[in-house]
Amino acid sequence: MLSKRIIPCLDVRDGRTTKGIRFKNNVDIGDPVAMARHYYEAGADELVFYDITASSDRRNIMIDVVRRVAAEILIPFSVGGGIRNLNDMREVLLAGAEKVSVNSAAILEPSLITAGAQAFGSQCIVLGMDVKRVTASPAIPSGYEMVIHGGRTPMGIDALWWAREAVRLGAGEICLNSIDADGTQAGYELTLTRMISEAVPIPVIASGGAGTPDHLCQVLTQGRADAALIASMVHYGTYTMQGIKEYLAQRQIPVRLIW
Amino acid sequence: MIVIIDYQAGNLTSVVRSLKALGVEGAVTQDPAVVAQASRVIFPGVGAAGQAMATLRELGLDQALRQSCQRGIPILGICLGAQIILEGSEENDATCLGLLPGRTRALPRVQDLKIPHMGWNRVRFLKDHPVFKELPEGAEYYFVHSYYPAPDQASMVLGVTDHGIEFPSAIGWRNLVATQFHPEKSGRFGLQILENFLAWDGTHAE
Repeated sequence: MLSKRIIPCLDVRDGRTTKGIRFKNNVDIGDPVAMARHYYEAGADELVFYDITASSDRRNIMIDVVRRVAAEILIPFSVGGGIRNLNDMREVLLAGAEKVSVNSAAILEPSLITAGAQAFGSQCIVLGMDVKRVTASPAIPSGYEMVIHGGRTPMGIDALWWAREAVRLGAGEICLNSIDADGTQAGYELTLTRMISEAVPIPVIASGGAGTPDHLCQVLTQGRADAALIASMVHYGTYTMQGIKEYLAQRQIPVRLIW
Repeated sequence: MIVIIDYQAGNLTSVVRSLKALGVEGAVTQDPAVVAQASRVIFPGVGAAGQAMATLRELGLDQALRQSCQRGIPILGICLGAQIILEGSEENDATCLGLLPGRTRALPRVQDLKIPHMGWNRVRFLKDHPVFKELPEGAEYYFVHSYYPAPDQASMVLGVTDHGIEFPSAIGWRNLVATQFHPEKSGRFGLQILENFLAWDGTHAE
C-alpha cells in the first residue's frame, strides 16, 4: 500500500533558510543543505524548498542551493517560488530537483503547466494553490477562491474549477495551501482539502495549519490528502519526524517507518 | 565502463549522483558507439513510451541496447526504462525494444486511489536475486508512474507492489534486471540496490 508522505517545507531567502531556530546537534539552521541532510536522515519522505528570495538577480544562488542539496540527499525534492517560465523550470530540474512547483505564474499564464508537462513530464509539474475561504457566489461556487502574492491578491477564480483545469492542462500533483490556516498551527483546512482531493485523480499535498501529529492524522484521513506538508512543528523541534510517523502508524495510517 | 543511457527522457542527475555516492563515475551518453564499449548499462528514464522509443531509434540506441543485451553485460532498467524493454506499451500503443517478452500496461484506477502512483511503497520480492539482496523487510521505494511492466512469464517477475492491484515492480531475465521504482531516489535501500547491481556479474541461478 502506498504510504502517506510527510514533507518538511523549507523557506529559503537569498540562499539561507528562514526558520529553524531550535535545531541542535550542530545543524546549521540557516544552511538549507544542512537542513536537507538533517531531514533526509530523520526520515522525511520528500522535501519542498520554497524560494522567497526578494530579488530576481539572485536566482543563481538558489540554483546553487538546489545543486548542493541534490548532492546530499537521495529522496525527491521540489522547488517552488519564482518559477516563471520553461527556462526557470529547466534550471531547477537540471540542478537536481525532482519537481518544480508553479503557483502565481500558472494562474497568470495557464499554458505554462502544459508546456512544462510536455517538456519535462507531468510528474515534474506541481501546481501550488494558495486558497482563501470566501462567501460562495456565482463566480466562486465552491466558496474557495484562488489568491496570489501570499494571499494579498484575490483572483476571482474558483479553487475547485482551477484544480480540475490544472489537471486537464497537465499538472501531476497539487500542493494545496490554505491561506486561512497557514501559520495558525491550528490544523489543516479539512473541508477544502477533501473537496479538492476528491475532485482530482492526481495526488494532493495538504499545506497550512499543521501544529500537532493529530492534525496530520485528520488531513490524511478526513481530508483525504495523499501527503502532508509540515514546517514550524518540526523546524522548532517541537516534534520529530520519527515521532510523527509513529503516531500516524499507531492510527493505521500507512507511513514509511524505516529509512 | 558504466554507461548511463541518455535518450532525453528525464533527468539523469540523480542517477549520476547516486553512483557518485558509491564512489563510481558513470558515463552519461547518447552515443551508440560508447554503449558498445560498456561493461554495464543503466537505462533510466521518465516520460511517455512513444516519444522515448522515437528518440531511441533516432539516436540508434535501440540497436545498441539490443546488442548490449546479447553481449550478456548487466543491464538495469529504471522506471520508463523498465517498461520499454518489453515488446510494446499501452501508452501511445508504442512498439518497444522487445528485450523481454510482454507488454506495459496502464495502472487501473481502483476505487479512489490516485494515478500516478506517486510516493513510497513496498516491494514483495518473490524470489532471490543478487540485485535485491540485503534489503530489510518493510523497506520502501520511491515510485512515480501510471504504467507498469507486465512480462509474459511469471518467472520474470522478481517483485510485486500493491496499488489497487498487485503489479510487477521488479522484473528480470538473464542479464537484465529492471525496477519500476527509482532506486536512485529511494534513500539507502535504493543505494543498496545500485551497489548490488554494480557487483552483479549478470548471471544468477534460476
